[in-house]
Amino acid sequence: MSFSDKLSRWDLKVSPYLYISPFFILFVIVGLFPIAYTAVISFQEWDLVRNTGEFVGFQQYIWILGQEQFWVALRNTFSIFILSSVPQIILALFIAAMLDRNIRAKTFWRMSVLLPFVMAPVAVALIFSNLFGDNHGLVNTVLTNWGLPAIPWHKNPFWSHIAIATMVNFRWTGYNALILLAAMQAVPREYYEAATVDGAGPFRQFWSITLPSLRPTLIFVIITSTIGGLQIFDEPRMYDQEGNGGADQQWLTITLYLYRIGWGEFNFGRAAALAWILFLIIMVIGLINLAITRRLVRDEGGRGVVRTSRRKKGAVQ
Amino acid sequence: MNSRAFRRSAVAVAAFSATAIVLAGCAGGSGNSPSADPDEPITLTLATFNDFGYDDELLQEYMDENPNIKIVHNKAAVSQDARTNFFAKLGKEGLADIEAVEVDWFTEAMQYSDLLAEVPDSAKGRWLDWKEAAATDEDGRLVGFGTDIGPQAICYRADLFEAAGLPTDPEEVAALFDGDWDNYFDVADQYKEATGKPMIDSAHSVFQGMINQIEFPYDEPDGTVVATTSQETEDAYNAVVERAIPNSAYGPQWSDDWNASMANGEFASMLCPAWMLGIIEGNAPEVTGWSVANAFPNGGGNWGGSYLTVPANGKNVEAALALADWLTSAGTQEKTFVNAGQYPSVIEAQSSPAIVDSTNAYFNDAPTGTIFGERSEAVTVNTYKSVDFFKYNQALQDAITRVFDGLEDQQTAWDTYVAQVEAF
Repeated sequence: MSFSDKLSRWDLKVSPYLYISPFFILFVIVGLFPIAYTAVISFQEWDLVRNTGEFVGFQQYIWILGQEQFWVALRNTFSIFILSSVPQIILALFIAAMLDRNIRAKTFWRMSVLLPFVMAPVAVALIFSNLFGDNHGLVNTVLTNWGLPAIPWHKNPFWSHIAIATMVNFRWTGYNALILLAAMQAVPREYYEAATVDGAGPFRQFWSITLPSLRPTLIFVIITSTIGGLQIFDEPRMYDQEGNGGADQQWLTITLYLYRIGWGEFNFGRAAALAWILFLIIMVIGLINLAITRRLVRDEGGRGVVRTSRRKKGAVQ
Repeated sequence: MNSRAFRRSAVAVAAFSATAIVLAGCAGGSGNSPSADPDEPITLTLATFNDFGYDDELLQEYMDENPNIKIVHNKAAVSQDARTNFFAKLGKEGLADIEAVEVDWFTEAMQYSDLLAEVPDSAKGRWLDWKEAAATDEDGRLVGFGTDIGPQAICYRADLFEAAGLPTDPEEVAALFDGDWDNYFDVADQYKEATGKPMIDSAHSVFQGMINQIEFPYDEPDGTVVATTSQETEDAYNAVVERAIPNSAYGPQWSDDWNASMANGEFASMLCPAWMLGIIEGNAPEVTGWSVANAFPNGGGNWGGSYLTVPANGKNVEAALALADWLTSAGTQEKTFVNAGQYPSVIEAQSSPAIVDSTNAYFNDAPTGTIFGERSEAVTVNTYKSVDFFKYNQALQDAITRVFDGLEDQQTAWDTYVAQVEAF
């Protein structure tokens, strides 16, 4: 075998791997390595400045799980996540459905929907802090002017979660709406025409055509907002000056707690253990999501539009 | 890269860094070595937070005297940001040539005093004894240049005091407040009776004032934790809850609401360390009624103050030490007092006419230099702030906030605090 033959065979075998390697090399360096290194630190009593540690086994994990604050943080994280994700996706669907119609200045409306997403979360948090101030906040000023009682934004856990969820929703609703809009536009227009001929109203069309077609996209949106929701940090951090999640941990989230242990107390062993616990929580939720997703997709039973469209494509081929 | 090329470049890198280390060693060892050319252009970075009073004009003065030096000043918004940055980079790369460190986390920094450059002998002895002692490590190395201290006085709104039927003249007010904390709270009760409003800005500021009069509020130098057993600490907590909370407009300080409140007369008095004057003026530039009374409950108290440190592995340690030396000299401290109300920790500056004779126009021409000088002399206790001070203090402040917000009662909030301390 000549050298060039050898080279071309090598080329055939190795090149594809070489082409896709940059991502994986990058992933190993900036993704996998930090995760593994965090695991190493989580078993140690770590000194950040001198980069040295002392092995203590599972002690850091046990400490975290024994903290009442951890469980409060877990509760807050899920509460804020549900208060933000559910209304957000419903609102995003509604906005997307509106934008999907034949309206004037389409691009203008679509761009404006995305505008809040471009704003830095810290800027959003600063603006909303002014709205949700206990004494001089805009919302409470309006309420008390109407003779209504002021809302305890920074005292009651529920109201603080509402305030933080509002900031999250402000930022992310438009982003999700655009993703859903893209999926809606992929739905063949003939379906709607046929439905109109059959006498179905806009609501019935949305329910029976749009929603079933959106299922895979909806699942994507739900999973990404789950991961984002469980890692929520900026908004609760900026909700007050100290960034400790409130005197009674009213709005302490897992990542905020992690930051407090890591950068407040400089206890990186514990912070790393908490990071790993969060990682595992997200994994578990992700698996549950996946299980539900699979069931939903299988459960179509031929009634949904997605299935029909696939069959059609097959027929064309 | 094949292995030979790799090896060759590795050798080159090693050789280069070895040379660099040797050169750096020479530069550090003797000032006369050729690599330490005094006229060589150098850029020095200076990292501070809040307002140290180092304005462009002041830094330009130094640059004019030393034409080869260019100063780049980076200001963090609050000291917590500076703290995070400091410990993330200490001993590694990326710190400024001069880093400001606040008293509240200075003990943490002292754990790594070997990573900080030593203050030159010529500068030693210029600061207050306790200020210098706190920056000296076990090996006797002084590693911090003291900037300011925070002797506390009482700021008050003369116009609101008048409306409440209280005296308004600074000297009469000082006489009114002269006494212990109970006396202070009695005046607050009186004010509330007359106006129906709280006299004090926040329960936390009162608590800070009390804690800064206790020598060992949370733990002792040998590591004994007294956070839950110290009678003084518990008494301070009880006094704040029972008497300060009913008379306070806010629980914690520094919120947007609290900032706004200085202008709209929600309260009439505030315990103020020297550096607080600038904050009041900044938040309420239109108000004309603010004054300073030369008094403080239970004598004196010191809240805050900072140091400048020079990381030992910086590129221009010698030049940075010289600049830090100049920035904390008596002459410069006189200027930073005028610029930002930073009351000097340098003894000579404290007695200089520039400070003794200074008045503050915003605070109705109060002789602030004299007032804070006397408040500084009244400080008798130097609170021990260990590595964990911040953690304990935060937990107890949270307990006060919970009572203030009506979430827990006095005893429950204390019990929660005890449980938190035991978990640390």
